[in-house]
Amino acid sequence: MDKLFEVFDTDLDAIEIGAAILGTGGGGNPYIGKLRCRLQLQQGRRIKVIPIDELRDDALVVSLGGIGAPVVGVEKIEQGEECLRAVHALEDDLGCKVDALISSEIGGANSMEPMLTAAQAGIPVVDGDGMGRAFPEMQMCTWSIYGHRSTPSAMADEKGNIVIIKNTRNEVWVETLARANVVAMGAAAGIAMAPMKGSYVKKVAIRSTITQALSLGNSVLKAQRDNTDPIAAVLAHEDGRLLMTGKIIDLERHLKGGFAVGHIFIQGFGDFSGDKGQIDIQNEFLVFHRNNQVEICVPDLIVVLDVDTGLPITTEVLRYGQRIAVLALPCDDLLRTPEALKVVGPAAFGYPEVTFTPMPSSKNKEGKR
Amino acid sequence: MYRIGIDVGGTNTDAVIMQGDKILAGVKSATTSDVMSGVVDSLKKVLAETGVKNSTVSAVMIGTTHFTNAVVERRSLSLTAAVRLCLPAAQCLPPMVDWPDDIKQAVGGHYWMADGGNEFDGREISSLNDIQLTKIADEIDALGIDTVALCSVFSPVNDSMEKEAMAIMKKRLPKANFTLSSEIGRLGILERENAAIMNASLRKLSSHTVGAFGKALKSVGLSCPYYVTQNDGTLMSAKFVQEYPVLTFASGPTNSMRGASFLTGEKNAIVIDVGGTSTDVGALVNGFPRPASTSVDVGGVRTNFRMPDVYSIALGGGTIINPEDPISIGPRSVGYRIHEDGLLFGGDILTATDVAVGLGIADIGDPEPAKKLGSERLQIIKSKIDEMIVNAAERMRVSSDRIPVLAVGGGSILIPDTVGDLPVVKPNYFAVANAVGAAIGQISGEVDRIFSLTSISREEALETARKEATKKAIAAGAKPDSIEILDQEDVPLAYLPGNATRIRLKVVGDLNG
Repeated sequence: MDKLFEVFDTDLDAIEIGAAILGTGGGGNPYIGKLRCRLQLQQGRRIKVIPIDELRDDALVVSLGGIGAPVVGVEKIEQGEECLRAVHALEDDLGCKVDALISSEIGGANSMEPMLTAAQAGIPVVDGDGMGRAFPEMQMCTWSIYGHRSTPSAMADEKGNIVIIKNTRNEVWVETLARANVVAMGAAAGIAMAPMKGSYVKKVAIRSTITQALSLGNSVLKAQRDNTDPIAAVLAHEDGRLLMTGKIIDLERHLKGGFAVGHIFIQGFGDFSGDKGQIDIQNEFLVFHRNNQVEICVPDLIVVLDVDTGLPITTEVLRYGQRIAVLALPCDDLLRTPEALKVVGPAAFGYPEVTFTPMPSSKNKEGKR
Repeated sequence: MYRIGIDVGGTNTDAVIMQGDKILAGVKSATTSDVMSGVVDSLKKVLAETGVKNSTVSAVMIGTTHFTNAVVERRSLSLTAAVRLCLPAAQCLPPMVDWPDDIKQAVGGHYWMADGGNEFDGREISSLNDIQLTKIADEIDALGIDTVALCSVFSPVNDSMEKEAMAIMKKRLPKANFTLSSEIGRLGILERENAAIMNASLRKLSSHTVGAFGKALKSVGLSCPYYVTQNDGTLMSAKFVQEYPVLTFASGPTNSMRGASFLTGEKNAIVIDVGGTSTDVGALVNGFPRPASTSVDVGGVRTNFRMPDVYSIALGGGTIINPEDPISIGPRSVGYRIHEDGLLFGGDILTATDVAVGLGIADIGDPEPAKKLGSERLQIIKSKIDEMIVNAAERMRVSSDRIPVLAVGGGSILIPDTVGDLPVVKPNYFAVANAVGAAIGQISGEVDRIFSLTSISREEALETARKEATKKAIAAGAKPDSIEILDQEDVPLAYLPGNATRIRLKVVGDLNG
């Protein structure tokens, strides 16, 4: 494993920005995770990242993340070893050691948690994740989509409580039991799940997403430093498309089945003067409409940035009157297959009438895979 | 009866005197390093100008940047003990973890973490530990610290742990002053705790300053109550600001926007406040400044106060201009030295004010030196200045409606008659809009917590929040029949079944009497 690379203190600001952009409005704010990573590094721990192809085929890899409500995450911050205890509990249940951790979702706060835990455990974190973005439910990971079971999985809270979930009938049950349990644990817990072989991770993980978040964030920071357009930098980096610049002229949010559901309405300005935009939200940004026509939908990424700074705006801090840029970024090809679209396509989010039309992407064809 | 509004700025201390809705006079004095003599000076001036008797003044409202500046400059801050009630949760990031080193040092950087805190739904994370808290109090005492900031997890939802912990620690620290985070901040423990620590560290300065304000008033024969304005344009009593000085942060731009609204009668507008060195642009929505949506740094410390959304550019009356190609405007300014360095006052530096004077837009000082540049060149410079103003205004604009631009501040002669397609209104007393904003401050009450909507409806929860906020406003001195909702917002909490929703609601009312 000599092809490992390290994440340093100076990389964390960029990863924070990149991960928040890939969070498409959800996934929780990575700020607290960034501070925690920084402390770990100051205490002499090291964050080592292993490229996917460097994994041994028989390596044991575990998917890791914090689950709970983002607003609880900024109030009852963690004891600090929740995820580590979850990993150890899973090792106890399996009777063997975990070789590497992988993030369940790179978008938002769960970009940082596996890096932290890997540093604590003294094992590497895989350069990749299960979504390449953020999604609201755990079975929306590529490992679940392509048939791997999430069980056994282990949940740990700050008090030392551990819950093992196994022998579930299907993936939906894992989500159901985990949700009920996280509420009992005070709406914040660490979860280690889906123990996988390295060979399987190579097949289904979204690749190089730590590297992607880092260099995406760096491109925004560089644009800010050079006084060039940070939005253009994001578009160039991700092979994305500017959907609209405009102002939020109305905002609706309400609860449906435990999710934050709502819409924002945008009045275009600049090159988009006269256009009316709408974004539908379910924790993340799901669907973008222009003048009442669906234009972009999940699983492609809809990203909202502050029009001047290029910094991402999450659904919780959306406000009437904000001046925003709406971007579409292509999702990974692994999310565009018929199997994946069943789980993360528009129909899975209550839009049976919408057909997912993948936005063109040179990145998927030439680059990553 | 009369009211006096005072704005203590970095350069000038302004005062206005008002009778009901009528402004009788407005004056400017230089801000002094002791602050107080500038206040006394402007009070004397404004009373003399109007002949109003001291005994007929019913209230004095003061806007001040004194406490913000103390934090920014790291001066007059007290050593503070930060105590977080959270264990076993929240120990991964200690208090002040993201503070710049110099301000951490200025407040001592001492912290403790103890048992306590609540879950989102009100359950205890752990119970308070009497023995542990007593031991912490003894350690604080041994360090000679008598200022404590207490912050408990989810205290905006349930503040009882902070109150009980204070009672326990007070037994060992009877003379210490305590700041409870639940009384000043919202959800988001790091930001709320930061605000509580900054507040605690400012308590001694605020006792001193508020006392000095009182003495200043007394020395000019005023015995009426006095208030200090907070960042949302509402007032705090002298006693309240002694306890919560941190709430004065960013009150300056708020006062200028509220003052501009009052002077023009406009409720929805862009406000451009041009000073000597910089221009602040904000937006008025229903008569109040639009708040910033992201967290706001004060002196490098992250807070979650409701600060007005202000965009500042380096353009003011004293901004230095290079008239040769390529023309440059600022960012440096001669500032208060314009009276010596500006061409119009016999100096040798071309300033933005010179350009306005040279073009005959304003009539101050001597226009001749600027005129030598030729009207064509002056016009080119002026159009560049106009462009900066238009861009700043456009940035803050919330809709395509042609809302007016309100031009205030001493340097507002620089603002053209129209800003883009927006008409410009320059009110009387534009130069003392801040002091007017202070004079018209209102009393508020706020609620921010999570409601569970399993047994009550959203409407019932909003009604409960409204009643609580109203009660708080009345307790703070608002006229009950004048109270109205200023802002309400409910954010459903993702992932939590049981329909948990976070409601923020704020009411305001006119000051009693």
